[in-house]
Amino acid sequence: MSDETARATANGPAAAAVLSAGIGGFTLGVLSIIGDAFSGVAHALNFWNPTGPLSGVTDITIVVWLVSWFTLSRLWGQRNLELRRVNLATGLLFIVGLLLTFPPFMDLLQGK
Amino acid sequence: MEITVRDLVTVVHGMFFGALLLLTFTGAAASLYAMSASSSGWTPTSSQQRAITIYLAVMALLAWTTVFLGAYAVYPWYRAIPPAGTHNLAAYPQRLLMSNSLTVGWHDIGMEWKEHLAWFAPISLTAVAYLFSRYGTQLRSLRALRQAVSGLVALAFASACIAGFFGAMLNKNAAVRGGAQIVIMRGESR
Repeated sequence: MSDETARATANGPAAAAVLSAGIGGFTLGVLSIIGDAFSGVAHALNFWNPTGPLSGVTDITIVVWLVSWFTLSRLWGQRNLELRRVNLATGLLFIVGLLLTFPPFMDLLQGK
Repeated sequence: MEITVRDLVTVVHGMFFGALLLLTFTGAAASLYAMSASSSGWTPTSSQQRAITIYLAVMALLAWTTVFLGAYAVYPWYRAIPPAGTHNLAAYPQRLLMSNSLTVGWHDIGMEWKEHLAWFAPISLTAVAYLFSRYGTQLRSLRALRQAVSGLVALAFASACIAGFFGAMLNKNAAVRGGAQIVIMRGESR
């Protein structure tokens, strides 16, 4: 297999794109709940006053997602990985991220 | 017949970009199904792959436009704080919802979830567009990758549906209105 063919079929870049999306979703969930639970964090996340803490939550999420995508792409660019494991990890990250954005679950965690 | 600037921006956010995004999921689902349905399924040619990639990239762009317009144009109007002593809360949707025990849930659950959940859609769809552009013609034979793409599309669809539903219900219970008035046509009052 030529280097070019190997590069075209390597699933490392796919794994990087999939996992980084999960990391983005997880980051969004974590920032949502800590912003909700701690007023100091909410204040720190208030990047743009009209939108409030949501501006920090979403801006940081986008940065974390893109940086993790870039980093994983550099690490895995030429490699072939077990994609099922990556899918599983991504699924778990998304599920946790989704739960952490769901207000009744957030309240439950905070004992409200 | 008139509309305010805030009405117009909210309509563009939800009924144009948001609704259009929801409609486009049919094309993404049909493409994925055609490639995955059976062992003799469809393998796109390179020009078809290019067309699908552009389609998915437009979906991602629609999702990004929707969430940015929502978070940075509509949401500030929604969460505006009324001056002390304000009795008419019509121009302050969040406060209007929170002032009534029958509507407070639309804010506490609806908006609180929607404002975060909606961002799952553009992130997922950007990854999907990238995966299709990079692996399009090979997706037919890469089962795990196809499953990942399907999962990301399903997640984006679910988050867009939930955000869209709550957006519609929020605007029904406490519309984002105000700003300059745009008169579309005048009729005779009766």
